[in-house]
Amino acid sequence: MPQNMKDLLIVKDVVKQYGDYTALTNANISVPKGSIYGLLGPNGAGKTTLMRIINQITAPDSGEVIFDGEPLQKHHISEIGYMPEERGLYKKMKVGEQALYLAQLKGMSYNEALEKLKFWFEKLDILSWWNKKVEELSKGMAQKIQFIVTVIHEPKLLIFDEPFSGFDPINAAIIRKEILELAEKGTTIIFSTHRMESVEEICDHIALINKSKTLLEGTIEDIKKQFTANTFEVVTSSGKLQENDVFTIVSGKDNNYHIKLKEGKSAKEILESILKDTEIISFKKETPTMEDIFIKAVNNA
Amino acid sequence: MHKIWLIIKREYLVRVRKKSFILMTILGPILMAALFIVPTYLATQTQENRIIALNEDANYILEDSEFIHFTTIPTSEAELLKTDFSGSPYYALLYIYGENFTLYSNQQISLSVSKSIERQLEQLIEHEKLKLLGIDLQILEDASTEINITTKIISEDGNTSNSQAEASMGIGFLSGILIYMFIFMYGTMVMRGVIEEKTSRIVEVIISSVKPFQLMMGKILGVALVGLTQFVLWILLTIIISTVAELAFLDANVMATEMNSADQSVILAQVAEFTGGINLLQIFLAFIFYFLAGYLMYSALFAAVGSAVDAEADTQQFVLPITIPLILSFVLITPIMENPDGTLAFWMSMIPFTSPVIMMVRLPFGVANWELALSIGILIASFIATTWLAGRIYRTGILMYGKKATYKEIWKWLKY
Repeated sequence: MPQNMKDLLIVKDVVKQYGDYTALTNANISVPKGSIYGLLGPNGAGKTTLMRIINQITAPDSGEVIFDGEPLQKHHISEIGYMPEERGLYKKMKVGEQALYLAQLKGMSYNEALEKLKFWFEKLDILSWWNKKVEELSKGMAQKIQFIVTVIHEPKLLIFDEPFSGFDPINAAIIRKEILELAEKGTTIIFSTHRMESVEEICDHIALINKSKTLLEGTIEDIKKQFTANTFEVVTSSGKLQENDVFTIVSGKDNNYHIKLKEGKSAKEILESILKDTEIISFKKETPTMEDIFIKAVNNA
Repeated sequence: MHKIWLIIKREYLVRVRKKSFILMTILGPILMAALFIVPTYLATQTQENRIIALNEDANYILEDSEFIHFTTIPTSEAELLKTDFSGSPYYALLYIYGENFTLYSNQQISLSVSKSIERQLEQLIEHEKLKLLGIDLQILEDASTEINITTKIISEDGNTSNSQAEASMGIGFLSGILIYMFIFMYGTMVMRGVIEEKTSRIVEVIISSVKPFQLMMGKILGVALVGLTQFVLWILLTIIISTVAELAFLDANVMATEMNSADQSVILAQVAEFTGGINLLQIFLAFIFYFLAGYLMYSALFAAVGSAVDAEADTQQFVLPITIPLILSFVLITPIMENPDGTLAFWMSMIPFTSPVIMMVRLPFGVANWELALSIGILIASFIATTWLAGRIYRTGILMYGKKATYKEIWKWLKY
């Protein structure tokens, strides 16, 4: 199946219930190889449950998960890196020792883990923390260690749940740069967040999850196109705009208008009809933000 | 399997390297050794010779004992001592006037000295009175009797052996207490470890690499090794410290010569006779089994409790029902020792929650093989069952944050 070759991860009709509570009903996502995939949705939508299923922490009640062309199995654990939202480290353990332990749990040998850790510690300039206890580190510092132990075994798929919460802007920028670098090298990345604006900047694919269902899925471009309402923002030099057979006015104040194209008309016709009356200072097609799209998708559902 | 080994190693090393572990390991035997040494030391202290002055007109002749010597002094001197004792060469003055007996001294008189004098005077006066009543002391002495009952146990193959209730009680009590202590100390250690992983939020990071059950078992086994290490070190250090200390004391008191090899072999023979009717090998093997199986069963339950709560303060309501059977078996040690073959003893050694302690108490008194086998079988079955059950609670509990766990909630987790 060509679909399977292109997608690293496919989640098909996954259902998960906790007693009477339904966490996921028919969740469907396809994560293409090498993509940066945003998993969006408000708190409690079922994102964490979906990620736990992908990480084999919990098993789905029904449906299937396909990883790299085969049904998800135990040995895939070493090919997935997961940074959960509820994350932490043993406070009383030394940084280096702990990182070695976690790397070995992912299936790396001691020597391999040591070598890779040294590389990452040097890269992020934190080699001096090696013998410190975690409780001596600040929250942001601990998050860096957390990031390293997530990516240390060079998995094919990296899953970050709210990755930037807890980071100060400087460290968040460093981590973002590292994640993008990994993506460039071909690692597939899934981001889960309820902060829509952060996703737009990095992701190329997204899925919207709300109330345990997948509402939307696709490339950001496609989704935006799908939700573009053909509205324009026009700033004129003077004079009032009048609705005509080309456009309607959605809102207007001073010389700043939001106008909507009528069916079958083109942007060129708008320009021509406005220029008859007044001069245009700026003219811009309005594209919806992810937040707009999300609210719309939820309301339509 | 490789991963569970990694977990065991971490759990073990982290705890063994803790300052509190090292401190407890060193202090434990010192305290225990002190229990042996202090009495020995105190015993050497009382061996100082004491001279007691006795007023001349008292008309009593007191016999010197090993450490107490009597010397008679003129009454006038005694009268002087009664008001001013300082500078006198005596330990105390025993002043007798008629039937009034008073000890004068410028220091606190040791209880053993006054008791010893009291006893001697009582006997003297008693004999005096008997003589006055015309009773011959020789007859009295002849009439006094002392009996020692020897109890023998006839085993199924017809052999008889000496029964030693005291030794049985000692061994049963000690092993029962040790198992009780071990389960309590290390069971709660497992629980605290689980809570630590939950509150530090590392648990989800780890179970994305290993199964929750592996993490739980790794912790339980790692802590078991910590406990075994501590006990072995305690026993070794206690033996070393008390041997060294005893040798030092014996040397100082020139008693080393008394304690020659002949004496030691006599003591060994006595020990062998003392424990003669008891199957020591069976007890040792049973101890290891009940020790481990009891711990495994209870610590799985403690782990489940740890997984269900967010902080140690919330554990109370769940820990109580777990500890009740454990405390009950501890409380019942004495009544069971008095009647080791009773109905209570039988059932308590079958119920898996009490059998680790109670069976060890009963065992030195002799328990039928089928009873032992049944008890072991039940315990094995129930530790597998409780571990399975605890595993199911654990895997859901560790991922639950901010939800106040109730019994109803935990019941639901079992079915997820």
